[in-house]
Amino acid sequence: MSQQAARKMDEQADRDIPMVNEGRKTTPAAVTPRDTTLGPHRGMQLEEPLIFEMDEKCSHASNICGVDLPDAPNNTVRLGALKPRAEIGLPGISEPEMVRHYTRLSQKNFGIDSTFYPLGSCTMKHNPRLNEKMARLPGFNDVHPLQPQSTVQGAIGVMKELSHWLLTLTGMKALTLAPAAGAHGEFAGMAAIKAALRARGEDRKVVLVPESAHGTNPATAAALGFTVVSIPANSRGRVDRDALIAKLDNTVAAIMLTNPNTCGLFENETVEIAAAVHKAGAYFYGDGANYNAIVGRVRPADLGIDAMHINLHKTFSTPHGGGGPGSGPVVFSERLAAYVPVPYLKIENDKLNLVEDAATPDATVKSFGRLKAFHGQMGMFTRALAYILSHGADGLYQVASDSVLNANYVLASLKDVMSAPFGDGPCMHEALFDDSFLKDTGVTTLDIAKALLDRGYHPMTMYFPLVVHGAFLIEPTETESKPTLDAYIATMRELAMAAKAANSKDMFLAAPTTTPRRRLDETRAARQPILRWKKS
Amino acid sequence: MMKFSKDHEWVRLDGDVAVVGITNYAQGALGDIVFVELPEAGKQVSQGKQAAVVESVKAASDVYAPLSGEVIAVNDNLKNDPSLINSSPEDTGWFFKMKLSNKAELDGLMDATAYKKHTGE
Amino acid sequence: MRYLPLTAQDRRDMLQKIGAASVDDLFKDVPAAAKLKGPIAGLPNHASEMEVERQLSKLANQNIFAGSVPFFCGAGAYRHHVPASVDQLLLRGEFLTSYTPYQPEVSQGTLQYLFEFQTQVSMLTGMPVANASMYDGSTGTVEAVMMANRVTKRDQAILSGGLHPHYRDVVKTHADLSGFKVECLPPTVKQAEDLASNITAQTSCVVVQTPDVWGRVHDVTALADACHKNGALLIVVVTEVVSLGLLPSPGSMGADIVVCEGQSIGNGLNFGGPYVGLFATKEEYIRQMPGRLCGQTVDAEGQRGFVLTLSTREQHIRREKATSNICTNSGLCALAFTMHLTLLGEEGLKKLSRLNHAMAVQTADRLAKINGVKVLNDNFFNEFSVELPKPAAEIVERLATQKILAGVPASRLDNAPELKNILLVAATETTTPEHIEAFAVALEKECN
Repeated sequence: MSQQAARKMDEQADRDIPMVNEGRKTTPAAVTPRDTTLGPHRGMQLEEPLIFEMDEKCSHASNICGVDLPDAPNNTVRLGALKPRAEIGLPGISEPEMVRHYTRLSQKNFGIDSTFYPLGSCTMKHNPRLNEKMARLPGFNDVHPLQPQSTVQGAIGVMKELSHWLLTLTGMKALTLAPAAGAHGEFAGMAAIKAALRARGEDRKVVLVPESAHGTNPATAAALGFTVVSIPANSRGRVDRDALIAKLDNTVAAIMLTNPNTCGLFENETVEIAAAVHKAGAYFYGDGANYNAIVGRVRPADLGIDAMHINLHKTFSTPHGGGGPGSGPVVFSERLAAYVPVPYLKIENDKLNLVEDAATPDATVKSFGRLKAFHGQMGMFTRALAYILSHGADGLYQVASDSVLNANYVLASLKDVMSAPFGDGPCMHEALFDDSFLKDTGVTTLDIAKALLDRGYHPMTMYFPLVVHGAFLIEPTETESKPTLDAYIATMRELAMAAKAANSKDMFLAAPTTTPRRRLDETRAARQPILRWKKS
Repeated sequence: MMKFSKDHEWVRLDGDVAVVGITNYAQGALGDIVFVELPEAGKQVSQGKQAAVVESVKAASDVYAPLSGEVIAVNDNLKNDPSLINSSPEDTGWFFKMKLSNKAELDGLMDATAYKKHTGE
Repeated sequence: MRYLPLTAQDRRDMLQKIGAASVDDLFKDVPAAAKLKGPIAGLPNHASEMEVERQLSKLANQNIFAGSVPFFCGAGAYRHHVPASVDQLLLRGEFLTSYTPYQPEVSQGTLQYLFEFQTQVSMLTGMPVANASMYDGSTGTVEAVMMANRVTKRDQAILSGGLHPHYRDVVKTHADLSGFKVECLPPTVKQAEDLASNITAQTSCVVVQTPDVWGRVHDVTALADACHKNGALLIVVVTEVVSLGLLPSPGSMGADIVVCEGQSIGNGLNFGGPYVGLFATKEEYIRQMPGRLCGQTVDAEGQRGFVLTLSTREQHIRREKATSNICTNSGLCALAFTMHLTLLGEEGLKKLSRLNHAMAVQTADRLAKINGVKVLNDNFFNEFSVELPKPAAEIVERLATQKILAGVPASRLDNAPELKNILLVAATETTTPEHIEAFAVALEKECN
């Protein structure tokens, strides 16, 4: 195995969350039986069977239905040679049972609505319910993507409004709203770079990616056939400018840089880097995952960025929804403005027109094709626009200010009891700590995270970025109040002290004890995958 | 006699045939192994190039061929029971057997003492 | 501003603790030239809820929405009735505002519904395993093709002329950018195709849609055999998932990978997104699958629980060697899908499918009576193609001015000249006899 692999083995991480417990098993070795004196439930912490088991137990034989439907008015079948389908095996339950089932499931979850959720890099900010209400207006949620465009001018109008805001906020020249999520946006942005290079008749193969980058960056570059070359970080937690510039030559297609970076720091040499990249004939892809820290205060165009995706579910508060759906519009500089996917928006004689066919002759656009059916995540556009209009220019400026202020307050309040590798200067929207304060305690970053669960907090992002050991990445966001931060800080201080005290290890290793489930056996899940229910 | 690579593979020579696996140190650092991807018999591998992949719950690592040659057998037991790599890394948890094309490469590998020093134990 | 809880006093106290004179000091790493002095110029300032509602409602009111008119659009997005309980439960904050379930101890809600979702998708498609969803059907299709390339170690895909042209274009764009080959057969609106004869020793997969974009339903059993004989995979695409309540499952016909657009169950039209891609395959290909997977395990007390598993396939661990760059899935849309399907159950889904088919039969029979209108399909599920005496786009536009949304002109999807007069007409359980009559009467006038 490579040295690098061996080094990373115990600190592999995800763009948003965390990874191994330092070679230690993620599951306690000994299984302690659950106390069942109160029956299957623990008070109002209710156990809930699978829907498949509910149907079996009730002997409904799958003929209960929670929806009243009329009988088909005729029995004519036009299925050619195909025979109507036999048994599928789907369970059925009534509406009251269904409502209780999902309500109970929801109670085993925590969201931003439930508790402070400072996942670094994920921007877990408040999700205003006005957004939800607006997205549910029938004029938006009950329109078909292929209705005549003359009948959906208001829906295209939302796209136009959102485009205007995103372009003005970023200072960029063109955009696409088509991508379904951030990683899809990265693909769109890097595809535009590939298309632009082709138009120049160049076949540049190398994409430079800092080692602190999100995993989607190298995965995206590789998906487009580029070769990924990793750039180290310097001692200040920024990309090593000299190492980067030394790699720039006529084989380099682009660099992919997140700014603020995944250490929560602003890449202060970004303008110089952009100039060097452009001088080498390459493009500057900005990963906009951390745009929340600078929205309305800094325009990415002024940093020399050529393409940047914006996660509407981060900066613009569309719900994370337990893992999606997202939306990843991409903004482009003049250099890339012609290379957008379809559909793209044109205004002709006061009519809004979505150009859907990449072959449509266009003096200013050389589209590289289609990335997804239809027009993009309309439901997310409406939500994001409702949020943007609510805040306005002054509100968004304050969003960036307060998100940075909150993160610095956490950093300042914890750096004496934890270890902040780059704690000398201010951070941006997230505070990064490493695990050196846990040295020789036998307690790990993961253990602290699990102990936080017992204290009513969702943990921070752990073991990411990879450039520090045992990372804690805390992003409070601007929607948390000072009393919330103070209570959280007190808990973190208490846990940091406890970890350093003697005889505390067992408490940490046992955690969490109060959650709907204790630590789960991930080894077993991966060794003998059970990916669906089966009739026993 | 066993020899070790700096990348934490071991080799045991049996005539012209070398048996290859990952070291006890490596399995300990990886944690519970959940999956391995082995080369196909007949495949030519070269020293220092990827020959297999080993996965724990949350990490995937390339395993490099410690020597050059042709893979002649793989340990199919690992497919059903990858935990053998944890329980017996340097015996029943072997990965593959290979026919060496350049025995001289052996000289570049470490002996047990040198490897122990390499891992800082 | 209603979403920002810090007070002016809080901000002063916090700056003091930090030891900074102003928030601007915290932005000192930003080059001066790139730092704005105040709120960006040329954009309006904050607005009240009432004001935002007013502005957005104005835009919403400019659209003709499906529920307000006779409506026959389909072509990959279908209008079905979603029970009220589905949307109400979707709004529960624990679902709506949670993150990807990486902390399984406090994410069992999300994980359990994903496990139930995977099981339902597996049952519907007739495949052994399914993942926790993709962005939508079209992106799921390109992921399936790339997966087939990995499995077969080949790089040539064959796309049926019955595949939705948007899906075809998405695969073509990726092929062009990522460097694999794709052969697209011509539209099959009027003629059948012989996919099997195109398969060669380099073919990684054949992609076929049923019901196809022109509405025809297919038995793909023989095609599956032809693929397997040549070492290729068969990818079956379903854009109207309600059809699986009436049609045989792709798995039972020998599919290797099944991709569905799941919007029809639980999700509204939403002008094209967000939707939810269903992705199912055979057990032996699990490790080549893209996207998240939820698996069953036990916790430290021996209780059953669920976790995201086999993550080493994914970008956050494999980075440039990942099976896909996908990170986000379609969580909430998958939840809507699984909740609606739970309510329907076996009986409900089958009834819904039969009802959809019956309404389409009624619509086709009525339109066939119109002089100059030719129904091209002798078989279909809930959508069919008709040939009109004039360009379909023009007729659709004219009917729209009479507040009838008559369907999707094929020319909107593909500019092949032979598609100019073709109209795709879909009916669902929301279609009424009155709507069919209104449509038929108006269409008759336009055709003559």
